[in-house]
Amino acid sequence: MGNMLGLVGTGLLETIYMTLGSTVIAYIIGLPVGLLLVVTDKEGIRPHLVLNRTVGIIVNILRSVPFIILLVWVMPVTRAIMGTTIGSKATVVPLVISAAPFVARMVESSAKEVDRGVIEATISMGASTMQIVRKVLMPEAKPSLIIGAAIAITTVLGYSAMAGIVGGGGLGAIAINYGYYRSNSQIMLLMVIVLVVIVQIFQEIGGRLSNKTDKRIR
Amino acid sequence: MTEEPIIQLKGLNKTFGSGEGQVVALDGIDLSIYPGEIFGVIGLSGAGKSTLVRCMNLLERPTRGEVIVDGQSLTTLSEKELRMARRSIGMIFQGFNLLMQRTALDNVCFPLELMGKSRREARKKAREMLATVGLADREKAYPAQLSGGQKQRVAIARALATDPKVLLCDEATSALDPTTTLSILELLKELNTRLGVTVVVITHEMKVIEKICSRVAILAHSHIVEMGAVEEIFRHPKTMEARTLIYPASVEETGESYPGGGRFLRLIFDGQATVRPVVTEMVLACGAPVNIAYADTKLIDGKMYGQILLELPGDRVTVGKMLSFLDDAGVKYEEEEETHNG
Repeated sequence: MGNMLGLVGTGLLETIYMTLGSTVIAYIIGLPVGLLLVVTDKEGIRPHLVLNRTVGIIVNILRSVPFIILLVWVMPVTRAIMGTTIGSKATVVPLVISAAPFVARMVESSAKEVDRGVIEATISMGASTMQIVRKVLMPEAKPSLIIGAAIAITTVLGYSAMAGIVGGGGLGAIAINYGYYRSNSQIMLLMVIVLVVIVQIFQEIGGRLSNKTDKRIR
Repeated sequence: MTEEPIIQLKGLNKTFGSGEGQVVALDGIDLSIYPGEIFGVIGLSGAGKSTLVRCMNLLERPTRGEVIVDGQSLTTLSEKELRMARRSIGMIFQGFNLLMQRTALDNVCFPLELMGKSRREARKKAREMLATVGLADREKAYPAQLSGGQKQRVAIARALATDPKVLLCDEATSALDPTTTLSILELLKELNTRLGVTVVVITHEMKVIEKICSRVAILAHSHIVEMGAVEEIFRHPKTMEARTLIYPASVEETGESYPGGGRFLRLIFDGQATVRPVVTEMVLACGAPVNIAYADTKLIDGKMYGQILLELPGDRVTVGKMLSFLDDAGVKYEEEEETHNG
């Protein structure tokens, strides 16, 4: 049993590493893309229909490929970047490819919540597009962006468990290898409980952080 | 006025959309606003007044025509030059449009940050501005913690933080209750006097114009139908649109619906210091009652403006007495026959 606990511990760490690592990288890509979508929207501060449509279509294509298929499909890319296609490190690649467009859409919807009037007021003060993005869109959408991040993390967590099927690491791999292939229902149940708890924790932290930063609630 | 106008609109046109769905918002607007004045633009909703003010800082780019502010033709400027020019044009809005995640102080700092002022400099200036609008003690409050009037004060402080020459007010008091409206208008008047900032007020409420404006343009159906000194427009509204705005229940309509018939007398008050109850005195002096069919008068700076429509008694002798009483009292009047419905 002690051996088992060690296994779960390692799996937990791997899962958290994959999830947070992938989410961070997904944000590095998805945040600017999401903001670009808002800014170039036809109602945006710098409408650019061609750019907006092109990026929008790419995002939609990536979003519409089911993760389990993407996982296998991008294996050559994974090998090229990470040198391997198994283990938690390798899982980061498909996770990022899958999560970045999702993050972009989340960011887009958060930034679109910012009151048009406020943006107009800042334009009237002579703000440039970059200044509006940095000083208005992002800070004003912060509470919503944080909620979005919590949702993104829990989604990535779910995907990371799926990667267990193709030899990814973490809790998902344990659930598949021990719970499914060896029909150990206790391990399966344990994994499910641990995953549920992690999701709850992330969601709770996200919600609290968002409320704490949101100055509209007083 | 021999001065150069601070804002000049020349042949301004603005159309939205194209083809079948095209809407003309502004059509051939010519307008000059001079330094230091409080200029009002009034019109019913849909008249195009919001579009007009938004053209003054190019939030809305006119389809045709020229916008000249402080000697610069805005439509010819590059994007960067336009951003610079906008710093000398402050603007406040009906919805306040404060940054909700920033404190009052940081909201006022915002335009100064945009200019690249250091945080210390910006805060110093912002504190001054908050004190000017009477909110020195609320600098740490977030917009959600402020009342509507306080939010508009923060917005005014923010708009004036960069020492602009012009302050554009787009329905700035329309979301406020009458008492708060009054206090905001007083603040605008005070800032106009103290800082010399030219104020352009867009509103659908005549009382806003009355309270602070020196000149007014009446906008209807995308055109300026009347323009001039507020007193002048109040005294002799020439157009139907002006009368509708000045006397909301229009005189024409009231005349038509009045069931009595007979002769009517329209008393016109155009600014005499009328502290005397003229109608009552006239009734007492002539010993005959009159019917007040319609009345709308306003006191502006202690002077009376407006009209009272009286239905006269049938007796010609009494009518004669009444007319000579009014002549003696120095009240202007016009005799009118009952208006018929055609």
